Amino acid sequence: MNYMILIYQDEARPGAPTDAASAQTISAPWIAYTQALIAAGVMVGGHRLGPIATATTVRLRDGKRHVQDGPFAETKEQLGGYYIINTPDLDAALEWAAKCPGALDGTIEVRPLV
Amino acid sequence: MSDGAALASRAVERAAREAYGRLVAWLGGRARDIAGAEDALADAFAAALATWPRAGLPERPEAWLLTTARRRMIDVARRRRTRDDAMPTLLLAAGDEAAEAEFPDERLKLLFVCAHPAIDPASRTPLMLQVVLGLDAATIAGAFLATPAAMGQRLVRAKEKIRAAGIGFRVPESEELPDRLDAVLAAIYAAYGTGWEDAARSALAEEAIWLAHTLAGLLTDAAEALGLLALLLFCEARRPARRSAIGAFIPLRAQDPLLWNRAMMAEARSLLGRAGAMGRHGRFQLEAAIQSVHAARAETGTTEWPAIALLYEGLLALAPTTGVAVGRAAALGEAMGASAGLAALDALAPASVAGYQPFWAVRAALLRRSGRVSEAGAASERAIALATDPAVQAYLRAEATTLPGWPPSA
Repeated sequence: MNYMILIYQDEARPGAPTDAASAQTISAPWIAYTQALIAAGVMVGGHRLGPIATATTVRLRDGKRHVQDGPFAETKEQLGGYYIINTPDLDAALEWAAKCPGALDGTIEVRPLV
Repeated sequence: MSDGAALASRAVERAAREAYGRLVAWLGGRARDIAGAEDALADAFAAALATWPRAGLPERPEAWLLTTARRRMIDVARRRRTRDDAMPTLLLAAGDEAAEAEFPDERLKLLFVCAHPAIDPASRTPLMLQVVLGLDAATIAGAFLATPAAMGQRLVRAKEKIRAAGIGFRVPESEELPDRLDAVLAAIYAAYGTGWEDAARSALAEEAIWLAHTLAGLLTDAAEALGLLALLLFCEARRPARRSAIGAFIPLRAQDPLLWNRAMMAEARSLLGRAGAMGRHGRFQLEAAIQSVHAARAETGTTEWPAIALLYEGLLALAPTTGVAVGRAAALGEAMGASAGLAALDALAPASVAGYQPFWAVRAALLRRSGRVSEAGAASERAIALATDPAVQAYLRAEATTLPGWPPSA
């Protein structure tokens, strides 16, 4: 089954990238994690997302487009990226989720793709 | 019905339900769909009722049901045209009908699925009772004081989560096993607790013991599984002594040991011995050990309260719950005097005990023994108000009336 690993972290946490330049560099644990997913043959895809300051929301109501600055919901932890992995069952997906560097200081949500 | 006929019909029911759990485990595991397996089995049972009286009982009824149910599941999956991973597995298995005569018992996997951390904790026990033991939603709802509709919905949601989230039907890896086993044991213990409180729901206690038996039989080297079964048997052995002929509550200390089921206690003691020999201690073994000290009163005529207090000490280190802390305080009150028990109760956080009935009942008894009459009266009032069992309420009220100045004038 395919599972999406959604990585929620507080953008204001200590050690989080504070400017655009530092956000470009990917730290060693994330590189190692991604390589481990690829080596195990479970990696389907994944991306890091820009910070919530770059988010824009769109709604269509009565044919009218409402465009707004900011994320869908103001939460303490924000969706910062995702992986899509293919594993035999939920337990195997949870194993990989627990190894994700984001699990150390954030929350990982695991959802099946339908 | 004669006793013998009733016993026989109970045995048939047990066998049928054991077969049910094994069939759900095998079919549900392969399709990873418990609800689908149950639906297919219901169809297979209906087909059996229509066919067997006419054509005679098949040589292997279980294998017949399995084959029929599996064909049904394949039909449903074909019609749905899903990308279901289970289809190839089911189709593959269809070619191997000879193997079905001896299909493996996979109920252990089913127990672990029901108590999976991804399942809402409140749904785990009802789920086990339904899919492993085949109890219907209405019966389970009654035991959990829920409406059949609400319980039915909760069970549907849990099964849907198992299917949609792809929870694997497998026994956890060894490093994960202790935690996962704790969840299974806790769910079985909760089933027993639900049946214990209320005499009218005692059938559930029997089901819980059956689950514990099944688990201990499947997981032979798990000391805690044996410990849980021993604990449940020690408690169950005292059931005939817990109520008087007119249904009045009788506390443990006042029970007549002659009414205890000695054979059940002996079995519990031997199970606890086997668990202890494995050298891996745990919460349920300690709780069973406490009960075995109580059980010894049947032989010695006295209760070794210092031993019980010591066991509670160990239990508190492993399972620091309010219930254990209150049990320890009660044991200290017996072993070392009321003031020692009261000191242990006073050390507990007020917020954690405000609504905990046993705390107030134990406190009232200890205060009464210390001669602190007005405080004892207040504690009794709290205990009576928090008690849910009318028989326990009546007992507490009778205890309280031994106090001067009770009942308090309004």
